[in-house]
Amino acid sequence: MQAKRLLKVLAVSSAAALLAAACSSSTSSESSAPAESSAPAAESSAAPESSMPAEESSAPAVEVPGGPAYAGPVGAGEGQVNILAWPGYVEDGSTDPAVDWVTSFEEETGCQVNLKTFGTSDEAVKLMQGGGWDVVSASGDATLRLIYGDNVQPLNPDLVPSYADIYEDLKLQTHNSVGGVPFGVPHGRGANLLMWNTDTVTEPLDSWAATFEADSPYAGAVTAYDSPIFIADAAVYLMATQPELGITDPYSLDRTQFDAAIALLEQQKALVGEYWSDYTKALQAFVSGTTAVGTTWQVIANLAEAEGGNVEAVKPIEGATGWSDTWMIAKDTPNINCAYLWLDHIASPEVNAAATEWFGEAPSNALSCELTADADHCTKYHAGDTAYWEDVYYWNTPTAACIDGRTDVECVPYSEWGTAWAALRSS
Amino acid sequence: MTTTTSPPRGGFGYRHPSLRLAGLLTAPMAWLVVVYLGSLAALFLTAFWTVDDFTGQLVREFTLKNFQQVFTNPAYLSAMLRTLSIALLVTLISLVLALPLSFFMARVANPRWRPLLVALVLTPLWASYLVKVYAWRSMLQPETGVLAWFLDPLGLNSPGYGYIGIVITLTYLWLPYMILPIYAGLTRLPNSMLDASADLGAKGGRTFRSVVMPLVFPSIVAGSIFTFSLSLGDYITAQIVGGKVTMLGNIVQTTYVTNLPFAAAVATIPVVIVLLYLFAVRRSGALDNL
Repeated sequence: MQAKRLLKVLAVSSAAALLAAACSSSTSSESSAPAESSAPAAESSAAPESSMPAEESSAPAVEVPGGPAYAGPVGAGEGQVNILAWPGYVEDGSTDPAVDWVTSFEEETGCQVNLKTFGTSDEAVKLMQGGGWDVVSASGDATLRLIYGDNVQPLNPDLVPSYADIYEDLKLQTHNSVGGVPFGVPHGRGANLLMWNTDTVTEPLDSWAATFEADSPYAGAVTAYDSPIFIADAAVYLMATQPELGITDPYSLDRTQFDAAIALLEQQKALVGEYWSDYTKALQAFVSGTTAVGTTWQVIANLAEAEGGNVEAVKPIEGATGWSDTWMIAKDTPNINCAYLWLDHIASPEVNAAATEWFGEAPSNALSCELTADADHCTKYHAGDTAYWEDVYYWNTPTAACIDGRTDVECVPYSEWGTAWAALRSS
Repeated sequence: MTTTTSPPRGGFGYRHPSLRLAGLLTAPMAWLVVVYLGSLAALFLTAFWTVDDFTGQLVREFTLKNFQQVFTNPAYLSAMLRTLSIALLVTLISLVLALPLSFFMARVANPRWRPLLVALVLTPLWASYLVKVYAWRSMLQPETGVLAWFLDPLGLNSPGYGYIGIVITLTYLWLPYMILPIYAGLTRLPNSMLDASADLGAKGGRTFRSVVMPLVFPSIVAGSIFTFSLSLGDYITAQIVGGKVTMLGNIVQTTYVTNLPFAAAVATIPVVIVLLYLFAVRRSGALDNL
């Protein structure tokens, strides 16, 4: 009996241990605590700023969140910089020995780079709110949350020499500035494209109608991006098809406009085979043909072609949503010099070319196009093609104060986009 | 003859039993109270707050809005019922599969093979959760997946991605947690009881119903707690093989950054369901025998 009881105890406890292991493996990607090594060192607050004038008269003219911008000048580095970035934005050669723009930075400036990557904008916001990070590469649906949440500081463009060469149509946009004060350096941009599998879709498409209209011949094989921000994609389509709604910015929707977008998404749901948020899943579904048509990223289209999938991707006539990422500096960073040095480094033509080419997006620096490994990179990604970007609506954070400038109505805030999306997906 | 009375032997802990107990239990109790109950309390408290419409920041003001929203919107209610039915179905299928399997392992197979059989049941648990779910994704793939390949000659189609896909995948994931406790329960079933039942004229079926079942019932309950609660909280499986189908966990995942209080209100539901389940089980007396 004793042995059997022991066996039972062993069985139950091993089951419990495995249970714990299973639970932790499914949540490990969400761990938000910065690694110990990447926490800012205590002594770094003693920045070598004594040699320079502390306050300059270049205070911003408008009252903006985040306090005044760093007056500079940028002095010697504090020894380290803690960076939060999208995967592929900060490469030190560990992914591919040839892909490395961190080592040179560390050697030139003495700033040791401590990196953590994130998978979604929401994760980035949570991590920044937790503190301990000096610099973040934020997409437009995170930037305003960080600005108004007082997590980041305004940028002093004079301290970032590379800023002068950034494309003008990327500067001072609604997602990266407040009242004419810039909050970061633009990194790269891309559009969310319409992709289809040419085995199932024989005629080339040029409209989102194939994914939204009830009579779409691809019912059951349509895919859509599984995030509240996708409501804006429906709004972009409505801008073209229902002009009477008066939508001018897909991220500032009043109640009527928002309800129309949700109704369109309800109609789309009947056509959808599956939603995606994990890009490997979308890739596999497109290559295998399970998904015939739907929204995608350029990088997925490239990988699908590389894997031998018969796919094609375009920006439809209605325009598209897209992203424009911005390097921002945390409000209370103790490593301000290293942060500015990093911003100038990552925006410099060589590094900007390498980083955006590696990721598969259009560079932000006009001089980068000369330096890409693929001479056609800028043409393929429409880097300086201002007309191309005119109907690309970069991800932004919807707030109750309409970001398109309307003051006579209240817009639907992002918290409600979230619950509406959850309800749409649950019904 | 003289007897000397010497003080009792033993160290400091032996002489101070209460301190010994404190030393033994402080760490685990602190972990339980602070980390486990503390986070549950924080979750519950957050569910009564709201977020600012302009900054998206948390506003610590008491409101019942979130719960109201969860329980009045038919979409969330249907997600709740769907999640509950998936968890129940997974538990039921696991039970149906686990009973004969563990009976074979515990009573029929040569005792020398038992450790090997247990190890075989455990092997899937050594692989990563994600790897297993992605494996099921390719197996469930409509038309070209392994399942479609097997079912095609029978004139059937692969269930594809959706409700059935989720149930199959979750059953695969959690089945070992059902087999192990039932196996443990069956191994400690005394042979004499089965002999006595046979001596009194009971056939196999009657013995199973009147002798085996009552004795292994606590083990079944233990297994069902694992399969039920693990299924109830899952969201990654639904994301990968669920197609359009979502579970409660997906709602939490979609809203936890943009609207933390709402996500907390949704997350409270499975906790309450599991507590109710544990309470019902306790009433039946099954937990006393664990």
